[in-house]
Amino acid sequence: MSGWLSKRGGWLGVYAVVYLVFLYAPIFLLPTFAFNDSTVIAFPLQGFTTEWFSGLSGVPALTGAVKTSLLIAVTSALLATTLGLCAARAGVRYRFPGKGPIMGLIMVPLVLPEIIVGVSLLVVIVSILGLPLSSWTVILGHTLICTPFAVAILNASYQSLDTSLEEAAIDLGETPVSTFRLITLPLIMPGIIASLLISFTISLDEFIIAFFLTGAEPTLPVYIWSQLRFPQKLPIVMALGTILVAASIVMLTLAEIMRRRGLKKAGKKDTGGFL
Amino acid sequence: MKPLITLSGLHKSFGDVEVLKGIEAEIGEGEFFSLLGPSGCGKTTLLRIIAGFETPTSGVLSIDGRDMSTVPANKRPTNMVFQSYAVFPHLSVAQNVGFGLRRSELSKVEKAKKIEEALGMVGLAGLGGRAAHALSGGQRQRVALARALILEPKVLLLDEPLSALDKKLREQMQSELRRLQRQVGITFILVTHDQEEALIMSDRIAVMFDGQIAQLAPPQELYRRPVSRRVGDFIGVMNFLPAEARLEEGRDIAVEIAGLGRTVLEQEQCPAGFVNGRGAVGVRPESLSVLFDGEQARGEVAEGEVAEVIYYGDMTYYEIALPGAPERLTVSMKNRAGRPVLERGAAARLEWDASSLIYFPS
Repeated sequence: MSGWLSKRGGWLGVYAVVYLVFLYAPIFLLPTFAFNDSTVIAFPLQGFTTEWFSGLSGVPALTGAVKTSLLIAVTSALLATTLGLCAARAGVRYRFPGKGPIMGLIMVPLVLPEIIVGVSLLVVIVSILGLPLSSWTVILGHTLICTPFAVAILNASYQSLDTSLEEAAIDLGETPVSTFRLITLPLIMPGIIASLLISFTISLDEFIIAFFLTGAEPTLPVYIWSQLRFPQKLPIVMALGTILVAASIVMLTLAEIMRRRGLKKAGKKDTGGFL
Repeated sequence: MKPLITLSGLHKSFGDVEVLKGIEAEIGEGEFFSLLGPSGCGKTTLLRIIAGFETPTSGVLSIDGRDMSTVPANKRPTNMVFQSYAVFPHLSVAQNVGFGLRRSELSKVEKAKKIEEALGMVGLAGLGGRAAHALSGGQRQRVALARALILEPKVLLLDEPLSALDKKLREQMQSELRRLQRQVGITFILVTHDQEEALIMSDRIAVMFDGQIAQLAPPQELYRRPVSRRVGDFIGVMNFLPAEARLEEGRDIAVEIAGLGRTVLEQEQCPAGFVNGRGAVGVRPESLSVLFDGEQARGEVAEGEVAEVIYYGDMTYYEIALPGAPERLTVSMKNRAGRPVLERGAAARLEWDASSLIYFPS
């Protein structure tokens, strides 16, 4: 290392630390106050307690919201991954007219403002289709925003899968269906699991679309938002948030591990993760 | 030779691009047949049509007297060794080799025995338990071979199987493939762009250019009697000199060759046919020789100059500039003990023989 480079590295290091503090300090405040023995969210801290965590189980509305959120997240993840699998296969393996625009339009929800998606879906579902709002309408919205992520992940899986592997299986007497089961599925399984985990996490955390489309049973983020009106419940919300952040980190880590394992299985070089 | 595969009038288009323009050929039982040509000539497409991965736009393919147009790839009596080997990375070597036996009625013990036999045949005995992704390129190639041969197909299709291997390994695999083909006695169809590989391994070679078969012949005939200048140029090295030809009385052909002078050729030295007028004469580097001091000429002699010397160890390649010849002639000479290597710029006596010339009308 030459002198000027390390000096420069020093300044960049300071910048990086400041950047990360700015990004993550608010998130670290969450567990800090979740264990703080006071209903007031302010320094100095008043002492350690797990009261807020144990308080979580005693709220039936909260348990209901958790169940609703889990149902929505699991269903959306399954739907988005199934759709993503079909889209990725079509995009990587087949040529058809209008492929470019179609694949592009599938990916657009990735950058569309969620509030626009939420409002438009609300208008379509309530005014045009005349359907009642329920968990299913939230699932619809979440599948829409999760599918581009699923497509992106599974596209990569399909691209790193050599076409001649599938052809070899057919050549050796298998049918297209058994080839998919014996060759394709095991080789893209890490991608499928990564897609499920990421879609699940996105759906679980999503607020805006859920806020617009939820029926009588709110999702967890919507429930948290509704509780912010009561200052004395703020520490409970903090405890809940802590659990959510921890769960998200675990999920995304699992997704990344799966992705890397998939690369290793296929004997491929890591070209940078989705995350 | 009993024909096993018949290709008649095969056409294939991808959109507006016509890749195969009427392929006619018969491939015999137990034959080692090569499809040779530059990239984009349609050889791989033809192989994939035989395998059933592509459907011809028109024309008929039949194997063993049976029309294949309604037979899908998984029901054809063909198996393929892919260019990328396509060894299943999530399975073991034995699972790869035994993959095609999944649907057979054999017992577990019989299957295991067959797998071990197939592995032994390609020199991988005892490696069945290895993970496929841990194999070297050469081993993967052997797994792909064993996997295709275990089903005892009527035809084994090989798509540039050696192109990813280094030179030493490639040469070893060439003779091994040839030995294997004689041993199992089934028809091999090899796609390659390497003319040397095709010459070494094949019983017959189909040279393809632009979606058509330019010449279909055994290696020796292909090398010695190319039917067009393009084939002669593609197979090995060939020198070309402009020439003017005229049919003499009888069956002989008088030619005036730039740089070499007048001579007389026989009809069979015109495999591309003959018309009076301008054309070119082709000659292989080994059919020419450079005369060293004191050597007696047995053929005709042309005086020139050494323009370039390329020393290969066992051989020396000279480029000889002849007065009157528009291009230099490449001459290959064996390096023997006591034989000198001429310097660049030295005067050279070039010996040639009319019987080694080929005439191509333009």
